Amino acid sequence: MDETLAIELRGISKAFGPVQANKDISIQVKRGSIHGIIGENGAGKSTLMSILYGFYKADSGEVFIGGRKTEIPDSQAAIDAGIGMVFQHFKLVENFTVLENIILGAEDGALLKPSLAKARDLLKKLAADYEMDVDPDAIIEDLGVGQQQRVEILKALYREADILILDEPTGVLTPAEADHLFRILKGLRDEGKTIVLITHKLREIMEITDTVSVMRRGEMTATVKTADTSPEELAELMVGRKVLLRVDKTPAKPGEVVLHVENLRVIDDQKVERLRGIDLEIRAGEVLGIAGVSGNGQSELLEVLGGYARGTGTIRVNGIPIDLTGNASDARTRRARGIAHVPEDRQREGLIMDFAAWENVAFGYHDDPKFAPGLLMDHKAMRADCEGKMERFDVRPPDPTLAAKNFSGGNQQKIVLAREIERNPDLLLIGQPTRGVDIGAIEFIHQQIIALRDQGKAILLVSVELDEIMALSDRIAVMFDGRIMGERLPSETDQRELGLMMAGMTGKDAA
Amino acid sequence: MDYLGIIQILDSSLRLATPLLLACLAGLFSERAGIFDIGLEGKMLASAFMSAAVASFTGDVWLGLLAGIAASLVLALIHGVASITFRGNQLISGVAINFLASGLTVVIGEAWFSLGGRTPQLEGPARFQEITLPFANAIRDVPYLGPIYADLLSGHSILVYVALALVPLSWWVLFRTRFGLRLRAVGENPAAVDTAGVSVVGLRYAAVMICGVLCGVAGAYLATALSAGFVKEMSAGRGFIALAALIFAKWRPWYALGATLLFGLLEALGNRFQSLDLFGIPIPTQFMQALPYILTVVILAGFVGKAIPPRAGGEPYVKER
Repeated sequence: MDETLAIELRGISKAFGPVQANKDISIQVKRGSIHGIIGENGAGKSTLMSILYGFYKADSGEVFIGGRKTEIPDSQAAIDAGIGMVFQHFKLVENFTVLENIILGAEDGALLKPSLAKARDLLKKLAADYEMDVDPDAIIEDLGVGQQQRVEILKALYREADILILDEPTGVLTPAEADHLFRILKGLRDEGKTIVLITHKLREIMEITDTVSVMRRGEMTATVKTADTSPEELAELMVGRKVLLRVDKTPAKPGEVVLHVENLRVIDDQKVERLRGIDLEIRAGEVLGIAGVSGNGQSELLEVLGGYARGTGTIRVNGIPIDLTGNASDARTRRARGIAHVPEDRQREGLIMDFAAWENVAFGYHDDPKFAPGLLMDHKAMRADCEGKMERFDVRPPDPTLAAKNFSGGNQQKIVLAREIERNPDLLLIGQPTRGVDIGAIEFIHQQIIALRDQGKAILLVSVELDEIMALSDRIAVMFDGRIMGERLPSETDQRELGLMMAGMTGKDAA
Repeated sequence: MDYLGIIQILDSSLRLATPLLLACLAGLFSERAGIFDIGLEGKMLASAFMSAAVASFTGDVWLGLLAGIAASLVLALIHGVASITFRGNQLISGVAINFLASGLTVVIGEAWFSLGGRTPQLEGPARFQEITLPFANAIRDVPYLGPIYADLLSGHSILVYVALALVPLSWWVLFRTRFGLRLRAVGENPAAVDTAGVSVVGLRYAAVMICGVLCGVAGAYLATALSAGFVKEMSAGRGFIALAALIFAKWRPWYALGATLLFGLLEALGNRFQSLDLFGIPIPTQFMQALPYILTVVILAGFVGKAIPPRAGGEPYVKER
């Protein structure tokens, strides 16, 4: 019995029908360490942790917690074994208070009052120990995602978890919130708690973990000390081939002005001015990157350019003005003018999740004579078109009849990209192109964007990932509070300066 | 109309609101746990029949009440198995229960009693008797307050008082106990309950069973207190009116009391004023009797503020990664 091990898994296997999600996985996690588990989407990380948390029963294999063999048939057993889990999608009751969520399932007796009082005291103590300030009486849905995540961590600590598993915890956080989370996690580790961090972001692994295990297609391919490895090596282990973490591109050759925006303003339903006079220009053959913390008007910019929000001001595409009142121009006329749009939220705005891939590939272009020669649509042609796109964009599995929801995030994004790019637009609007996309697919998507630029198209890229903005853009504009704070060339700026501009300091102050 | 007339109408409102209140609270427990139940009507009807039948056989209304609750529980259990265990469509299951109850009560009634689907008239201890509250007769003559106590509050069957007591009790259970917290949570986000180590299935079955018991009491009240025996289709849409009241009450016990009293009042007015002249225009009887149903349509059409149902309502819970 090895007491220095918080978790040991031996030979865990789990299959869902014909899909082997976990194959003979063995792993040892040291007590008091931060252990990263990295792998692409669908590599089996979440399945493995769900087995550990009693969500699924393994087909074979053994689990040892603190050196003792432990059966985990359900979540209660996991909680009893001292395991706490923070899911990627929070498991909180949105219209309950923070306190109510914390005691749910861990109440002290049949009546709530004493439990609530006890939780309030403990919360105060935990907030002081780990700088995790949360208003105990706040309603969950009024809190930001960072705060909600803190509630999830507090929930686990309230149940006296020794082992904390976090599934993709930074996916929804701003860089500052992520830094704060990492400070909290380090504090917890120094207290002797064991942290398991599931992620596909190499930078997080390098920044915070002590040890890292790599998973690929259901198998554990390696476990190494973080200090002894490099992002390049981990990426190769994850994907199974060499991956270019940097984007290879030649300098841009800007041509004619494709998009000209002048004094663009948008007022939303709550009468808040979201865009306060935007001026920008994009030429053929260049990528303009819009950096900024989300919620500073980038979404509204994409929406008004894409034709599904109203605004005032002037927008010209290839010199021809576009109507912004919403009366004469919508997304369809935008498309006719050569604007293609890959929306930020692909699951809500880019795809219909329950519809098949071939239907999704035709959306927006379904009245194209190629697809709809007469009154009826030509399903055969649509399906064939989808097959071709899936092959060219390496969508896996290449099955046009599969519903969009059954593809991984990266492959969903490739479906949207294929639809929009292959229309040969003059201007591509693209929001958060790699959010929730795994590393192999990121490489492919970035290459596609650059290839499109090299064909002489204009590209407006909106992303909250500064790395991505730096890697792809030929010029970078920083947005804050509905305005453009300034423009920089990627070669003449750095993350620190951009970060200051994103926080609202003008270009001059920042420089 | 004089003061005693008003008291009489209010007294009648309370009587008529009682089955609605019981059914509304039944629905409240079920829907708060995320199980929509349009089978309130069927459960009430089944209970009304079974309670009247057993009371008629045994001559004991309490045995009748138990039989009514049992009948309602059987239907509740069917709804639970269909919608919780087999994750079926809750609306379809509810509709099926309504059809089942509507047909079975008449068929079995005819087989047992050969009275065209009715049960024999219940008399004496086979019915819930009116209870006279202490001192009711002594203070009846006190002006104004006397009639309120003696005529409005006193003189109802025990089930009316039970229903009234259930309002604060339901509130307390839902908002002050562990069970209530978990019940409300499972109707909002069952995944949160599941990952907290609590059984979603167990909680939902508990809620559905509570719903069954309350519908059972409501049905027994119809047949053995409000009337004296079972008549075909005697629930007369009350289960659906209770659902409308539940929406009107925004899934809260105290509001449910208010909403069902309002429906009771409308029904009482309809009964009292068979013909009414309003500013010289005669209002037809049918219109007066249709008032509760008209209000139901108005409420369901969403004219009464914004009511947010429990978020996981109607959705079977499936574990996901």
